[in-house]
Amino acid sequence: MKRNTILTIAAIIALCIFVYIADSTFDSYILRILNLCAIYTVLGLSMNLINGFTGLFSLGHAGFMAVGAYTTALLTMPLATKEMNFFLVPLISPLNKIVLPFLPSLLIAGLLSAFVAFLIGAPVLRLKGDYLAIATLGFSEIIRVVFTNTQNITNGALGLKGIPATTNLWWSYGTALVTIFVLVSLINSSYGRAFKAIREDEIAAESMGVSLFKHKVLSFMIGAFFAGVGGGLLGNLIGAVDPLMFRFFLTYNILLIIVLGGMGSITGSIISAFVITIAQEVLRFLDEPMFPGIPALPGLRMVVFSILLMVVVLFFRNGLMGTREFSWDKLIGLFSKKPLAKGGNK
Amino acid sequence: MNLLKTDNITMQFGGLTAVKDFNLELNKGEIVALIGPNGAGKTTAFNMITGVYTPTKGKVLFNEKSIVDGKEDYKEKDITGLRPDQITGLGIARTFQNIRLFKDLSVLDNVLIANHLRIKSNILEAILKLPGYKREEKQMIEKTMNLLEKVGLADLQDEKSSSLPYGKQRRLEIARALATNPTILLLDEPAAGMNPKETDDLTSFIKQIRDEFDLTVFMIEHHMQVVMGISKRIYVMEYGITIAQGSPYEIQNNQRVIEAYLGVDEDA
Repeated sequence: MKRNTILTIAAIIALCIFVYIADSTFDSYILRILNLCAIYTVLGLSMNLINGFTGLFSLGHAGFMAVGAYTTALLTMPLATKEMNFFLVPLISPLNKIVLPFLPSLLIAGLLSAFVAFLIGAPVLRLKGDYLAIATLGFSEIIRVVFTNTQNITNGALGLKGIPATTNLWWSYGTALVTIFVLVSLINSSYGRAFKAIREDEIAAESMGVSLFKHKVLSFMIGAFFAGVGGGLLGNLIGAVDPLMFRFFLTYNILLIIVLGGMGSITGSIISAFVITIAQEVLRFLDEPMFPGIPALPGLRMVVFSILLMVVVLFFRNGLMGTREFSWDKLIGLFSKKPLAKGGNK
Repeated sequence: MNLLKTDNITMQFGGLTAVKDFNLELNKGEIVALIGPNGAGKTTAFNMITGVYTPTKGKVLFNEKSIVDGKEDYKEKDITGLRPDQITGLGIARTFQNIRLFKDLSVLDNVLIANHLRIKSNILEAILKLPGYKREEKQMIEKTMNLLEKVGLADLQDEKSSSLPYGKQRRLEIARALATNPTILLLDEPAAGMNPKETDDLTSFIKQIRDEFDLTVFMIEHHMQVVMGISKRIYVMEYGITIAQGSPYEIQNNQRVIEAYLGVDEDA
């Protein structure tokens, strides 16, 4: 027990050192990718809580991210930039008068996202399976359409530009660590067990005294909170948000991460977030003209991911990790004993 | 003392009346059985009591136990139409005809989940692992281990519940129901699919937990050996109608019950 705590602290310190070195030596392209890795970790984990641990097939993640990204952007943008952005219709007060630091903005973004999740979840979470997926997908599209049309709050289709680029490695990896800590702690608590019970068998869970409504809404809200925070980090990393960013495609990307990593595995989501984010950059050459005489096929990169998703769903239903988790004991066991086959995608 | 009473509960699905005017009375400490041919409406009756269905007509009344000034006190409460989790919270726990364990979770987790309804810490305390929550979690695990010890599953605590043999899965389901601290335990065909040895074990097991946990047991069962062996009273249902009730001896000699089970001799 104690040894594991020490190892965890050591790992966190190692990460801090890495972030410190990376922050000062790597070029902006690599920094951007590393930031995205951490942000997708946050997003993947938040979606895994809802879909993988509680068994609610929700596709509304882009909607929660949109709420978070716009909230953080509007709260952190300097007043002058706000005025420049809203040249068609002025921004409503009090938003045009306040500027908040990054941390409170992120927290407000998360809370607002969780509140929206409550509003949508309360009526919709009684649905199951594909019906829930359709309803949440619809919600996410509604958010996007609303944001396109509320010119005096979101600047409509023009989007917001010149958002301060506050997100750096410290912010993104710090948030990722907090998310991991909170979710691991939650999953291993009595509430986490109740979530898993709902995933395993709703009827039995209810008969054992687990209030379905309360726990589904809780899981949905916590997932949405972190989705909002992740959205906020993303907006302030890229520096611009517009409604088109939050199409279904974004939800699909996160879904890809959790399915590949394993629904119901925190470790799987983290590994998968890094692999997918980096692979998206590495495979960029596929979108460019590869052979002389044959024009480029933009989007070929995504075909690779789509095929990958199909292969995983068909042959490796449990993804990379299934529901297994990383633990120091297992890692040390791996080195000290005979090297066991790691397994995972069998 | 009367613990649970149903007042003419009726369940209609469209034009079909699955259960009609079912009147049940459960007294403290009794083992009562509900028998009847397949499709008679036994499980539907169960589902009305446990809140899975809301009766079309009639009332379910439960004498809720509370402790006032260190003394047990009972108060009658109308529980018709409450949600299953609320009814479990009041002290009525159940098992299922086709075992419904949390298959991918361990034996220990299965029983721990049934402790969740009594938790006092909120979700923030649980995430931050505050001392209050840690104490509760420790108590839960102690209580669960105790319970597993009593039902003879303690050495299997880390096994996946779906990997247990059938008889043990049934036992685990009962243990899980017991973990909710019930006063009434409803068993839906506990002996279904068991071999004679397992059935014998089950019969003594039900008696044992009844005494140990101060329970009242209401069960659906087809296995006559179990039913006649341990029940004090028996209700017989056919096509949703209660055709007889009484002691095992009375039921065995009741003409209508014999007809329901064996058919009517047309020539007689």
